[in-house]
Amino acid sequence: MRVALFVPCYVDQLYPRVAMATLDLLEQQGLDVEFPEAQTCCGQPMLNSGCDQDALPLADRFLDIFSGYDAIVAPSGSCVSMVKNHYAHLVHEDARYETIRTRIYELCEFLVDVLKIESLPVKFPYKVGLHSSCHGLRELRLASDSELNAPSFNKPLQLLEMLDGIEIADLKRKDECCGFGGTFAVSEEAVSCTMGRDRVADHLQAGTQVLTAGDMSCLMHLAGLIRRDKQPISVMHIAEILAGYGVPQ
Amino acid sequence: MSAVKSYDHPTNADRFNKDQSRTHWHDSALWFIREKRDRMANSLPEWETLRACASQIKSHTVSKLADYLEEFERNATARGATVHWAKDAEEHNRIVLEILQKHQAKRIVKSKSMLTEECHLNPWLDKHGIEVVDTDLGERIVQLREEPPSHIVMPAIHLKKEDVSDTFHEHLQTEEGNCDPNYLTESARQHLRQKFVQADVGITGVNFAIAETGGFVVCTNEGNADLGVSLPKVHIACMGIEKLIPKVDHLSIFLRLLARSATGQPITTYSSHFHGPVEGGELHIVLVDNGRSKLMDSDDFRNSLKCIRCGACMNTCPVYRRSGGHSYAATVPGPIGSILNPLRDAKHHKSLPFACTLCGSCSDVCPVKINLHEQLLTLRSEVNRQKQLPVSKTMPMKIASWVFQRPKLYAWLGGIGKFFLRTMPRFLIYNGLNPWGRNREMPESPPESFRKQYAQRKKSQKSER
Ligand code: SF4
Repeated sequence: MRVALFVPCYVDQLYPRVAMATLDLLEQQGLDVEFPEAQTCCGQPMLNSGCDQDALPLADRFLDIFSGYDAIVAPSGSCVSMVKNHYAHLVHEDARYETIRTRIYELCEFLVDVLKIESLPVKFPYKVGLHSSCHGLRELRLASDSELNAPSFNKPLQLLEMLDGIEIADLKRKDECCGFGGTFAVSEEAVSCTMGRDRVADHLQAGTQVLTAGDMSCLMHLAGLIRRDKQPISVMHIAEILAGYGVPQ
Repeated sequence: MSAVKSYDHPTNADRFNKDQSRTHWHDSALWFIREKRDRMANSLPEWETLRACASQIKSHTVSKLADYLEEFERNATARGATVHWAKDAEEHNRIVLEILQKHQAKRIVKSKSMLTEECHLNPWLDKHGIEVVDTDLGERIVQLREEPPSHIVMPAIHLKKEDVSDTFHEHLQTEEGNCDPNYLTESARQHLRQKFVQADVGITGVNFAIAETGGFVVCTNEGNADLGVSLPKVHIACMGIEKLIPKVDHLSIFLRLLARSATGQPITTYSSHFHGPVEGGELHIVLVDNGRSKLMDSDDFRNSLKCIRCGACMNTCPVYRRSGGHSYAATVPGPIGSILNPLRDAKHHKSLPFACTLCGSCSDVCPVKINLHEQLLTLRSEVNRQKQLPVSKTMPMKIASWVFQRPKLYAWLGGIGKFFLRTMPRFLIYNGLNPWGRNREMPESPPESFRKQYAQRKKSQKSER
């Protein structure tokens, strides 16, 4: 299986450890993984700002770069959903799109649905709070949400529960948005920060030691608040935990 | 706390968030209702089937709206009602005024109609010397305060009982500082009873109009719609043209969904059916378009006409809960309002599609399955197409797109950016120009990007071989 690693631009620049953990994790599963170096950004910031014309050339590039792989895996539900769901408006006439759409996976989804892994040789003796990032939750359906009356499941949680010694924090609001929302974090700064602080407060009451999620963007926002308010919570992307990386001090 | 004047959601929301304890109180009050709604939705195994049915019925109705409207008019007329058509708010107001003048009506009681709010009927009638009293308790409270409702189902949800006590003390001469909800409700009831007895005409909204029978249903919890129209002989019902359902058989689906979604009740306390005028009286039905048929032509936004105004999308919206309804500066706030208002007037409401994190909760909560958050995303491009976005917002995206199309340039600029982030003095990063940094720390910048580390790793793997 030819697997391509898709690394969101801000992860590439600001969180290389997350991308490296993703790569390690996939290689630990015996996969041959390539990182196509011409990749930059999927165009989500442009589309979400109403600038679909500026997102279009990036979507075209994405198809150029990632066509031909058997699977495209990214440590971000949001960027995967951009390609899987929102490219439909931009490049639906491109014949390659239909194939790409069915071959792109968020990391946890790939591990659970495609590789069907059942165990991970990792010891993680911490109380972990899982933040369900919205796009993964409601656009990729990585877990069931509290709005729908449907059988409950949670793929990221399923993976975390494989770890040795882990304890899962019990949140009062299991799937509320953290308030990041891309440019929303800046244009609606007040609401964004109130939302983020509310999420952190929920984790504090639940005794979270390590806060994790499948999207680094949510975590960047929450970590920014945690560090500003000097809260006793560490933040790690789920790839780092699953790959057996240590808790950053 | 007075109604917010600015059309800019961030500005209004920022002001609302200044009082954090109030923001949290508002959030908890609505979250409480959202949780009640969850329990109710989960208690019905057929919940998702109901939603699917409701959604299909509404889609179908919207696709044949003109036919169903004619059927409704025929049947309503046969039952003795007079049907009026209004293309916009002005025409609606004129029609209502004419009916009132014909009957020399001076005192009107009105029950829960967001449509008359949308058309600004109250100030218009006021101008013509006609007193209109909103009889819904929440509506009456905001009316006394001269504020617009902040929610379509719970118009005074932004007010604490202390606020209500102050308002009633000022207008209804209740005891100062008495915040006992029973006392306050009883005082309002006494005051309203007088208004009911004196009223010449009753105005109501419409929750569901049934094409097949020409009748309609009004759902309330206080029974005030019944009272308002049973004493006076003239009843005017004002409805948006999208309120239609084809058959009376469909009604039960919607009644089951509406109250559960709105307040977590199994059904509203009163679901009053009206089929023609009372004996010796008159029933007027005003069908209002006011921009709705324009939506019918749009593949992207037609879906929003399915809305049954339950307010669930507001209760679930994490942004609405933390910015209050008034921050939307619109009759219908929250997710659905953020679609309907910019489509009517992009210039004034251009900030609304952006008052959203695209979390998608509204789409999953909506009982008629409107793809709200997807429409909000599409609407952003539409607002841009209408040239309503400032260059300060569009230019950075143009530049970023240009850079991202050039991977070498991107990698080089990324390196420079990280270098500055690491080495710049704090005051250059954290200042008024950086809204990220007011409340949050910036990410710590690593020495090297992933692509650089990856290239090095590949090189060393090769030399090992
Ligand atoms: S959009 Fe859906 S959830 Fe919102 S008010 Fe309308 S019917 Fe209710």
